[in-house]
Order: sequence, then C-alpha cells, then structure tokens
Amino acid sequence: MPAPETLSIFDMLAGLRRGDFSSVELTRACLARIERLEPALHTLITYTPELALRAAAEADRRYLEWRRDDPSATWMLPALLGVPLMVKDVLCLENVRCTCGSKILENFSAPFTATPVQRLLQAGMVVAGKTNTDEFAMGSSTENSAYGPSRNPWDTSRVPGGSSGGSASAVAARLVPAALGSDTGGSVRQPASFCGITGIKPTYGRVSRYGLVAYGSSLDAVGVFAASVAETALVFASMAGHDPLDSTSANLPVPSISLTSDPSLKGLRVGVPQEYFISGIQPAVEAKVREAIAQLEALGASVQAVSLPHTEYALPVYYLIAPAEASANLARYDGIRFGLREPAEALWDVFKRSRGAGFGSEVKRRIMLGTYALSAGYYDAYYGQAQKVRALIKDDFTRVFEQVDVIACPVAPTTAFRIGEHGDDPLAMYLEDIFTLPANLAGVPGLAFPVGFDEAGLPVGMQLMGPHFKEETLFRAAHAYQQVTGWHKQHPAL
Amino acid sequence: MSLTLSEVQHIANLARLELSEEEIARYREQLSAILDYAARLQSVETSQTPALVSASADHLPLREDKVRPGLEIQAALRNAPQSEECQFRVPPVLE
Repeated sequence: MPAPETLSIFDMLAGLRRGDFSSVELTRACLARIERLEPALHTLITYTPELALRAAAEADRRYLEWRRDDPSATWMLPALLGVPLMVKDVLCLENVRCTCGSKILENFSAPFTATPVQRLLQAGMVVAGKTNTDEFAMGSSTENSAYGPSRNPWDTSRVPGGSSGGSASAVAARLVPAALGSDTGGSVRQPASFCGITGIKPTYGRVSRYGLVAYGSSLDAVGVFAASVAETALVFASMAGHDPLDSTSANLPVPSISLTSDPSLKGLRVGVPQEYFISGIQPAVEAKVREAIAQLEALGASVQAVSLPHTEYALPVYYLIAPAEASANLARYDGIRFGLREPAEALWDVFKRSRGAGFGSEVKRRIMLGTYALSAGYYDAYYGQAQKVRALIKDDFTRVFEQVDVIACPVAPTTAFRIGEHGDDPLAMYLEDIFTLPANLAGVPGLAFPVGFDEAGLPVGMQLMGPHFKEETLFRAAHAYQQVTGWHKQHPAL
Repeated sequence: MSLTLSEVQHIANLARLELSEEEIARYREQLSAILDYAARLQSVETSQTPALVSASADHLPLREDKVRPGLEIQAALRNAPQSEECQFRVPPVLE
C-alpha cells in the first residue's frame, strides 16, 4: 500500500481497479494518518472509522463482483468507489450526529442524509468523519466553533480559514483526498486559498441544499475541496444536478466535464476587475495573482480590464441579508423538537434560555443584527435597500459576462492569519470576505486554486468566477493552469 | 448611529435570546459599529431597482402539489429533549 498522501483520487481509483490495494487497506491507511495528525490539526468534530471501514468493505465487495463478472465493464463501477471523503458538519448523514459546530446541536443525530452526501455515497465514497466548522458556518477561521479551532497544516499557529476550515485543513494535510464544504459568503474558497488547495462554490441551485443545515438560504451552496482542479471537478460532477427535494435546485442537466491535458486557453476571455485590487491587499497576494493571470495569458487567453462598480457595497449588503436570513432560519432552535433545552417554568423562558445558552457569540450577534434589519420600522431602510443593491451587484456581473468568459481576482486580501489575531473585532473578520461575497450575492460559481506562496511560505489562492451554470469553464481554465504549474502538488511538511 | 441598551434588549426579546448585561453592552457597541458601516448603502440610488430576492429566479421550478412520504414519527421524536408517546413534551403554554 503506497502512502495515501502521495495518491490522487485518480491514482486511488486506478489502484483499486487494478487490485493493487483494497479500499479497506486504503481507508485504514487514511485513518492511521488521521489518527497521527488529528491532535495537531483538529480537523474533525466527529470521527467515524467504523462507518468508513464498513463502507470500504462494501466497496471491496463490489470491486470483487466486477472483477469476477466483467472486468471490461468499468462503466459499471460507481465513479468514486472506495475513495475516502470527509463531510463538513453542517451536512446531514443519517444516524451520525450533526453539530454545526454548535453546543445547541451537540447531541443531534441526523434523521436523514443530505442529497449531495447521498449522491457521493452512491458513487461509492467512504466517509471518514464530520469536519470542524465555525458555528452554523458563521465565520472565516473556525475560531467560532464551539469545539475549538482547526489549524492550518502549513503553519499550525494559523487558522485554516473558514467556515469550512476543518475540511480544507484535512485535504491540505492529505488526510483524505476530498472533503465537502458549504459556502455562503466564501466559506469554501477562502479556506481553500489559505490551505493551498482547490475548492469550488457552485452556481446557486446547482447542488441540492437538501440536508444542508440552513444559514442564509438565498446564498448557501454546497462545495468540494480537493488538491487539484481535476479531482474537484470529478467529485462535483457526482453530486451536482436537480433534486426535487430542494425547491431552489435548478432543473438543468449537468454537462459531463471533460478536462484534457492540452493546456491551450486560446479563445478564453479573462476579465480582471480593478475593484478587486484595492489598497490594503497583501502585496504578495496581488503579485502572485497577477503572475497567475499572466500565465493564463501565456496559455492563449486574452486578458482585459473590467469593472464591477458596486463591489464596495457587497460587504454591507451581505452582512444585512445573511444575518436576516439566519435570524429566521435559526428560529427553529427553540429547545422543543431537537437540540439543547434549558429547563424553565414557562415556555417563553425555555426558548430564551435554550438559545442564550446554546448559541455562541458570533451566532447571537448575527441573529441580533438580522432581527434588527427585519424589525418594524427598519425593514425598508436595511433589508429592503440591501436587496435592491444586491440586484445592482448581480447586474454588474451580467454586464461583465457579456464581455468576458471568466473573471480572475484574489480569493482573500491576505494569506492565513494567526489564531486570535482578529480577537473580538467582527468587522475586521468580515473584511476577510470582501472578494468572495459578491459571487454568493449574484449566485455565480467561484473556483479557488493555489497560485504560489507568500514570503512566510503560506499559500496564495486565485479565484475564477463565471456566469451561472458555467462551472465547466472555470474548471477548464484552472485545469489548464495546473497542467503547466505545480503549486497544487506542494504538500505541507507534517 | 448608536443603539441604546433598551433597543438592544428589545431586539434580544424579539429574537428570543437571553443575554447577560455584559453581552447587551458588547452587542450595543458592535451592532452600532456594523450598522454605521452598513449606512453607506443609503447613498446608493435604487429608486428604479426592484429588490432581488433570489439569485436563481430564472430557473425556479414549481413542483406538483402531491403528498409524499415524510419523516416517520419515531425518527422525528428521536432528538426531542422530552417526549411522551407520539408527542413532544413542553412546559405549560397557558396558565
């Protein structure tokens, strides 16, 4: 059995098909790596080794059947049979607890499985655990998890980003080759950038939200992390597509994503928005992103300046709309049907005490902010105006995508910051999201992938955004880049 | 703008959150700062702009209004803090 951290998903599938190793052997090797590195990284809230080994044994049984019956019929094998996966702890997996990084759901056992997880189980993936997250996915560092922060494998004194930081840290450390996240304002792309891996936030409606615990329902998207673009695209393709159980799921076919080794980007029009290269951005981030854009141009793409003039309003719009939706979504945690209940004589006090004791400070802050923005007398001025400006932000993208096929820009203004660095200053933390929020507000897909390192040896990521449902264009452009660069092959020393 | 302590307490009541005095004071300061920051939206001209409620309105499908299976009673009750027979147990609602 080769060391699992040296294998891509494609290597794993080839080895499993050839019979070089079994899924049980592969899974045991990943579990051993998890057990060795987890104390330093804290990527998981719930570790599920028995579940993983049962799924791996089932995968091996299917490989055995296939080899016995018709080894020429590889099309009969599920696309990801026997490959390990981790799942962010905001996506339900039946009979496994789902905490959302919150004390209020510490003992909540999911009664059903989320559609994207279900599809990956059907594709044969082996779930090794539920990953750490900022409480209810509200945060940019995992420091808001009630279970303690995850750590960045490139420097364990630093955050892995967030909110899907546990998933990003695990994939960067090659504990597993892929992990699921969720992205409401950048929670897949920013940790992918901080950890030097690839992460996709699909178009709103492309991947079902059924079984994803709701945060901001008009913004939430389920995404994937893997080391490379090709691996990310493979997992994405297995979970995307229409789901009648999610009323906002788009009833559109998912194109089969064909990525070739030909790195030519001739004909691709790349837009570079001036509003994403602001003062205050870390110089190494700007330098590496500009080098990567030059690389796209060297591969044949044409590069032009574009303008998204309402970019500066994305942050205030997001921090009214997302908390407003969160304040409504999180009303369900009332201590009655599930979750923490703090006993009291009167029903009213059960609600207040359970919520007061169960939620952490960032969640309470956003519930308060959202409640205020929706309250009588302030609704039009805050929430209503934010929705109108959101329309202007979406129009910016529509106009720019008449001129270009993709937008290239930084993922975050900085590389990974130190645990505790932003203290209790919510606005400083919110500024981490300025380049990722607009894609959620407009509903367009965004792909983050590594384009170099800063002077401290921390990864820098670039973001490509595209028109609605054009994930394939993003994957192709970034895959071409990865054909001629090696940043995605760099491992942290662990 | 600066919220008053009683405004913050009012929001906490609307949100059904029990907060300590220390939390009320801290949220008063932080929410005021965030709302100040958000005030820049007031200067954007939107009189001709309709509100955007969904990023996917173009593709929203309607489903047939048909009954379909839901969560079984026992599964729904499994996470209840208190249950009795087929019901959630709660403190008295009316005196």
